Amino acid sequence: MNKQLIYGLLLSVVMVIAPHVIHLPLWVSALSACLLAWPAYLAARGEPLPSHWLLIAISIAATGGILIEYHSLFGREAGVTLLIVLSTLKLMELKTKRDAMALIYLCCFIIITNFLYSQSLVTGLYMLACLLIISQVWVQLHMYPGPFKTRLKIACTLLLQAIPLTVILFVLFPRLPGPLWGLPQDAFSRSGLDDMMSPGSLGRLALSDAVAFRVAYPGPPPRRDQMYWRGPVLWNFDGRTWTQGKSVQIFSAQLSDTTQPISYNVTLEADNKIWLFALDMPDSLSIPYRRMNDAQLLNPEPVTTRLRYQARSYLSYHANLLESAAQLQRALQLPAGFNPKSRRLAANWRANGSDSRIISSALGFFNRQNFHYTLDAPPLGLNGIDDFLFTTRAGFCEHYASGFVFLMRAAGIPARVVTGYQGGEYNAFGNYYIVRQSDAHAWAEVWLQDRGWLRIDPTAAIAPERVEQNLSAALPDNTVLPFMARNPPQWLRELSLNWDAISYQWNSFVIGYDNERQFAFMNRLGLASVRWQALSMMTGIALIIGLFALYMLRHLISLKQDKTQAAWLKFCRKLARSGLPRLPYEGPQAYAIRVCIARPDLAVSIKTIANRYIALRYGIPQPENTQRDFLQLVAQFRPSAN
Amino acid sequence: MNLNNVIRQVESVILGKPQQIRFALTCLLARGHLLIEDLPGVGKTTLAQVLARTLGLQFSRIQFTSDLLPADILGVSVYERAKTDTTTGQFIFHAGPIFAQMLLADEVNRATPKAQSALLEAMEEHQVTIEGTTRQLPSPFFVIATQNPSCQIGTFPLPESQLDRFLMRIQMGYPDSEAERGLLSGVDRREIIAKLTPQMDDAELRSLQQRTRQVFVSAALLDYVQAILRYTRESSRYTHGLSPRAGLTLLSAARGWAMLDGRDAVLPEDVQMILPGVVSHRLQSDYAKSDSAARELIEAIPIP
Repeated sequence: MNKQLIYGLLLSVVMVIAPHVIHLPLWVSALSACLLAWPAYLAARGEPLPSHWLLIAISIAATGGILIEYHSLFGREAGVTLLIVLSTLKLMELKTKRDAMALIYLCCFIIITNFLYSQSLVTGLYMLACLLIISQVWVQLHMYPGPFKTRLKIACTLLLQAIPLTVILFVLFPRLPGPLWGLPQDAFSRSGLDDMMSPGSLGRLALSDAVAFRVAYPGPPPRRDQMYWRGPVLWNFDGRTWTQGKSVQIFSAQLSDTTQPISYNVTLEADNKIWLFALDMPDSLSIPYRRMNDAQLLNPEPVTTRLRYQARSYLSYHANLLESAAQLQRALQLPAGFNPKSRRLAANWRANGSDSRIISSALGFFNRQNFHYTLDAPPLGLNGIDDFLFTTRAGFCEHYASGFVFLMRAAGIPARVVTGYQGGEYNAFGNYYIVRQSDAHAWAEVWLQDRGWLRIDPTAAIAPERVEQNLSAALPDNTVLPFMARNPPQWLRELSLNWDAISYQWNSFVIGYDNERQFAFMNRLGLASVRWQALSMMTGIALIIGLFALYMLRHLISLKQDKTQAAWLKFCRKLARSGLPRLPYEGPQAYAIRVCIARPDLAVSIKTIANRYIALRYGIPQPENTQRDFLQLVAQFRPSAN
Repeated sequence: MNLNNVIRQVESVILGKPQQIRFALTCLLARGHLLIEDLPGVGKTTLAQVLARTLGLQFSRIQFTSDLLPADILGVSVYERAKTDTTTGQFIFHAGPIFAQMLLADEVNRATPKAQSALLEAMEEHQVTIEGTTRQLPSPFFVIATQNPSCQIGTFPLPESQLDRFLMRIQMGYPDSEAERGLLSGVDRREIIAKLTPQMDDAELRSLQQRTRQVFVSAALLDYVQAILRYTRESSRYTHGLSPRAGLTLLSAARGWAMLDGRDAVLPEDVQMILPGVVSHRLQSDYAKSDSAARELIEAIPIP
């Protein structure tokens, strides 16, 4: 085993286990590092490998450690850990070519295990690099001890040649309906909207760059101030926190006078929550869902993988014109005894006006009284709404939604808080919108006799920029915001959007190619049954291998064949068709003699051709027209069958 | 052409063996040596004598026996006393039978290895060194060694390394019935040989040898030779494949054959012709000794 090869194998192992380090127990990482350093040291010093007994002792001890750590040797965590420890141990057992082969295959397998943790594009690219390095070592092991660059080139060629096969297998290989071993951890985003809202909860979300979902509109997109993505609807207020409460499900949701329909595709990031976001007011989704009375769309179970659906909404509507009395009652409840000033204000408005007058008074109140739109709202006391409306007058959208709904209820108008997302960032590179957690928003809905539930966004009254542009336009310049919610330099913004566009494609077309999409695709190809699928996969593979073999064969032949030889073979084929094939070992003279005896009628032309061929191929280099004559003779040669 | 006359004349004496005659001439043209392996009495000696006679070469013959010493082959210096009182006596070199243009080493495997090696070294070097003096052998120098099949009693089979010194190894074989009839009914061979006239002189033979070396070998033919070498090395039939020297030998023998055929370029057929004679004693395996082995070797390798 030469040094270069050992270092190559070491590099491969280090590369494939490096991404695992973040979730390995510390002692395993430390042990692996030692086990990697040891053979490197031995190889550098040219010392012999340690004895079998020592290696066996270490592996038993390590296996015991893993057993204690995970209480099992199976499953994703324990299995991967065991694999890593054993692969590092194998490095100290490199005696024969076979050992090196085993290690190379082991590295390839560890590549697969990395995808159990992350399936992002970055992981994919990194693993491709690992595969390249491993192939390079493999090339070195088998045939080519030359410079690294050349080996890398061969490895690149090998991987490029594998692409057609990979594509066929990717498209046609049967998919399992669910993930094999739990889920990659990057399937869960860290935060998202919840079924409750208290002062500051949306403000915290605004600090996250994480993508909530992406939307593509096949047709023209709606106006920005119509992009209200409906999420959890909150009814109950305890003076500080809004919660969903218990829905009184008497009537199902009704939509009437609907106009401005719009269809769009949503790719929802996994957030481990149940809400399916759709534009106000959602009509239907392409996947199974549950629709609540207050038009929340719920997934049957928490969303743990990226979810794609088509949705249809109406931008103009009347919702639940016939709301049940119990629901309206719920939409009027307030905790007794708190916030006296606000109640007084609302009672004042009620005393001299209709519902619409009250609403405009409330919006006017927010507009005129020097309210601030800010992420760092001052803390609120026991009478939180009073403090906000009359003292601090600074807050984020949840403060305004909360205050507005409180005032409405106090004035006797049924109202509720709706949370979700507003707006989104347009990605021109992929022609879709990115909705991030920082786009989280809260607004209000009031129920009016002839309008049903009507969306009113008090934030728009204070900071119209929030709705018309984006968060950073609405907030003071000195606010600490996540990177993408600020306005980064143009080039960085473009880079980031580009990257997001690529990831979006990756997620929707590579990762998102699950059994359902495969089935749909197969159906479109007319290969609905599994048998056809398997058959087409086999045919595809056979076709690619066959074509490749043919190409290689041609290449090999053309390497050795010049025009003269090609013409001679053509001549032989012509004779073969008339029943006189040349034996592969038969020389031109012997063949000519044999054929002349069998076909005396052709003797002259055969002799001429054979002699020209002999002169051209085996004789002293001839003038160029000799070859031309020979080619012509062969072309004109017609052995008519006897 | 003189070569044709040579062939015709030899054929008139050695009946029914045109192939063997051509092989012998091929060896001569390629400046190699010939080993004939066959039973006594099939015409080995006659072939050598006829060739020598026809080509006008000085002929000598050594009968190898188990007590033959190197000096018997190479020659020896003998002290001769002064014939008169004024001169002193001196050692005079008496050249051995090896100092001939055509040497017939009869039953070479009857001699001890020591005697064998004296001959074989001379064959390789075309010179002998005796008592510190190097003496050139005459040119052309051509050895036809005969060997009884080693299964016979009292033989020292030539080791592989020695066999390598012979360009070709051929068998004479029994004559066919027609040739045998001619032989039996004809005049005594020795009388015929005595009447033969040389068809060629030294200088002409040397120039033929020179021209043989210039017979053209194309890249395509080299491909074929290399394919043969590669096959013998990769095939599991042979213990060892052909050496690079065997490859060179193959080429020079093929050149000789092409020359004999009156061509100025080597064809694959030439290689196939001389292949059995050239490789059968160079390929080590029980399989290679069988008669059909060479044929199978040829048939296994397509001409590129």
